[in-house]
Formats: sequence, C-alpha cells, structure tokens
Amino acid sequence: MKYSIFSLARNALSYHERWPLAWRSPRAKSRYDVVIVGGGGHGLATAYYLAKEHGISNVAVLEKGYLGGGNTGRNTTIVRSNYHLDPNAHFYEMSLKLWEGLSRDLNFNVMYSARGVLNLCHSPADIDAAMRRGNAMRLNGIDAQFLSRDDIARRIPNLDCSPQARFPIQGGLLQPRGGTARHDAVAWGYARAADARGVDIIQQCEVTGIRVDNGAVAGVETTQGFIAAGKIGLAVAGHSSRLAAMAGIRLPIESHTLQALVSDPVKPVLDTVVTSGAVHFYISQSDKGELVMGGDLDFCNSYAQRGNLPMIEHVIAACLALFPSFGRLKVMRTWGGVCDMSMDGSPIIGLLPVKGLSMTGGWCYGGFKATPASGWLHAYTIARGEPHHLNAAFALDRFERGEVIDEKGAGPTPWAH
Amino acid sequence: MLLIPCPWCGARAQIEFTYGGDATLQRPAVDATETDWVQYVFLRDNPAGAHQELWQHSAGCRQWLRVSRDTRTHEILESAPAVEASPGDAR
Repeated sequence: MKYSIFSLARNALSYHERWPLAWRSPRAKSRYDVVIVGGGGHGLATAYYLAKEHGISNVAVLEKGYLGGGNTGRNTTIVRSNYHLDPNAHFYEMSLKLWEGLSRDLNFNVMYSARGVLNLCHSPADIDAAMRRGNAMRLNGIDAQFLSRDDIARRIPNLDCSPQARFPIQGGLLQPRGGTARHDAVAWGYARAADARGVDIIQQCEVTGIRVDNGAVAGVETTQGFIAAGKIGLAVAGHSSRLAAMAGIRLPIESHTLQALVSDPVKPVLDTVVTSGAVHFYISQSDKGELVMGGDLDFCNSYAQRGNLPMIEHVIAACLALFPSFGRLKVMRTWGGVCDMSMDGSPIIGLLPVKGLSMTGGWCYGGFKATPASGWLHAYTIARGEPHHLNAAFALDRFERGEVIDEKGAGPTPWAH
Repeated sequence: MLLIPCPWCGARAQIEFTYGGDATLQRPAVDATETDWVQYVFLRDNPAGAHQELWQHSAGCRQWLRVSRDTRTHEILESAPAVEASPGDAR
C-alpha cells in the first residue's frame, strides 16, 4: 500500500485498525543470490538498492535481534557532509543528496530536517581550521558558511556567547543543509521499501559462521540453519571484526562504546544542531522535545552496549558550559552503542579478500548520516563485483598501501578519531 | 565505573587511569617485513571476551598495568604490572 493522504483518510474511517503490516516476516529460504548480514540502516539500504538499482531481489537480510536495534537506534541522528578530505566530502555529500529525496523515494517519512549543523570555534586556531575546511567544502560544491560570534548569538539565544563563558565562542562554521533525521524511520522505511521489492527480512537470525570453499563464500551458518549464498555483504558495524574473523580476516578496527543521552522533553528551545570540537560535544532537539546529546567514546574496548558515568558527566559538563540555562533539565535516559573504530577514522566500504564477501563498516562516530550512500555503494560493489569510484578510496587495502583517509590527522589510534 | 585493581595502590576508580590499548602487540624488528609492520600498526584481534590491555595509573602511581578485562561484561579478570617488576620497586 502506498502511504498518502488518501490511504490515511481511508484508514481513519476504520479507526486505523486495518493498516497492513509494513513488511513480511518470511521463513528463510535455503538459498539466496545475496545474503546481507545486519538489519540496521546500512544492511536494509544495501538490500533496497540491490533490488532497486540492480534488479537483484533474491536477497535476504539477516538480523540477530530486531530491525534497527543496534547503532541505527542508538545514534544522535545528525546528518551532515562537512568534511575536509576529498573522498569523505564526495561520499558524505552523495549521502546528503540521497537524504534530501529519501522520504519521497521510500514513500516513508524519514523526517529529514535541514536545520543546519553549526561547529563552534573557541580559538583563533579553531577559526583557521574551520575556514580551511569551509573553503575545501565550497570547492567541493558543498554549502558552508562562516558565522561570527554575533551571528551565532542572534541565531541561538540560549548559547552562552559572552566573553565570560568557560569556552568563549569566537565564531562557527555552519552547514545549512545539515540537520537531523528520524533514526527508526530510516530502518523501517528501507525495510518496507526493500520488502516491497521482494527482499526477505529475517529477524532473530544470528549468523554464527561463514562457510568458505576454495577461497569463495558458500553461505552462512545461522541460528536458523545454513543459508547458501554466492555473495555475502556485512553491514554489522560494531561487530565487523567478529564477522570478518569468521572468514579468517583481521580488520584495522577496535570496538568501543559511544554513549548518548536525552533530557526530559521541553518546548522548542534549539532549532540547530550545535557541536563543539574543543569539548567534543554535540546537541540537537528532537521533535518530541528532548535535547539529544553526546560526546566522546568511553575509551576502552567494549562490546557491552553500555558505558560508564564519567563520560556522561563530561557530556553534561560540556552542555552546561555552552548552554547554562539547560541546567534545570533532567537526564531522562542514557544508552550506549558499540562503534567500529577504524585506524584512520574513516569507513571501510568494499570487497574483502575472500571471493564474494564485502562489507560496509568502520563508521567510528558517524555511521547514521552515511546510511543512504553506504547502502547505495555497497549494493553497487556487490552487484558489479568492483567498487564505485566514490567508495574505491575506502577499500580495506588502503592501510597497507599507506593511503589512509585520516580526516583528523590523529594517526593509527582507533580511539583518537 | 570500572574499579581497576592497581598492584601498587589497590582498587581505584577508572577516572584515575589512562587507557593504553591492546597489550598483546609486539613491536616488530626495524628490518621486519612490511606485512609485519602493517599488522602491528593497523590490525587488531578486537576480541569479544577476555582482552589483554594496558592502563596507566596516570592520576596515581603512574605505573603501567596489564589488565585482562571481558569486553562483553567489563569484568576485570586480572591485573598485573605491565613489566616484570616487584611492587616494591615503585617506592
């Protein structure tokens, strides 16, 4: 059923009790052309674009839990493409362009809101770096705008722009087309659209092994039995190392916990995404009214999907240094997700050194915004057996070739990006 | 919060420590092959389970520890000096 004002009106007449399920829950077949491991945004997007762009619909998406229950449901929903290095700029800009048309493409409201992403500058060095990055973005055709302290004070009245602030604000780099999207809707929208094109979505099905015959994948062992497939795509960021190890591959990745939290909901007080690199903090207000914020990693390897209080305290301290008026709010909920922290801070999207096996992962802090382009390019790579020019730079072998994409210039330390 | 047992100071809160990463990495010889260096610099086992890792008691005795910790539960299984030394050496 196409969602529209008419289907809404028709279902209102039956008190919204007869909406069809958004996707089927079929039993897994014994063989597929392509198996995608991971039913988050990236896996579901990969399956959707395989069916839509390449006509490959004999595809299964295997999810060990429920759809979007991993990092898709645990991020801070920020969407942007304000990167300096060319491969990142081109890749994330492709993603942002897909975001702009995604609700229409999927016939599902992903609530993409171009409310702007503002990176604050607190020092002359911050301003130099922001100017340099902003100029690089504009040369790459991406919108960027430098704001003075007075511009920022006018736009965001509750941000402490006074000279007495703990971290005085001297300016900021704004990407007006950046913003937020509804994270759950992204998983549900891709799931529904992929299902409509014939993709089987299998939940509660954990992959326990990858069968490799003569250097090529033959299928996956799962908690629901063996499923044969000539091509397997991994979209399991957080656990990429575990899945790759099933095929005998070591990755340049460590798994770390990243926490986030929300305040209790209040009336609209913040209509832009605000970030500060100096204190590593980012905040936005959800449509429900909660202030959604996050900061750094917990800084030790973890698969636990939960973190510790010192980082929560750090995030709140940063929040109150920038927005003193938020001190009267209460923390409603905190949670943690497991991030693939790659060795250069950039993702890995491409073929792995076992025939028929590919991955999209290594997202560090920033996988959500990449979801559409990650799925699109992963699908292209699976269908064609070779990377698209937009993800060629994100190949796994870039590390041994010395062509790392180190946006932050932090060196090979996975928790420094 | 992790409570990390320091062999010199006893159990102390995580915020006194700085993480040093995977303790199993062995720095290759200067003339080792490029593959050895790629493995050392970039590749990690990243286990889900017991992880051997380095911590420095940076806001305490400043000694380096080798800690075994379960990455699925955060349970600390073992803690010992990173280098062979008796606890008396630090005093």
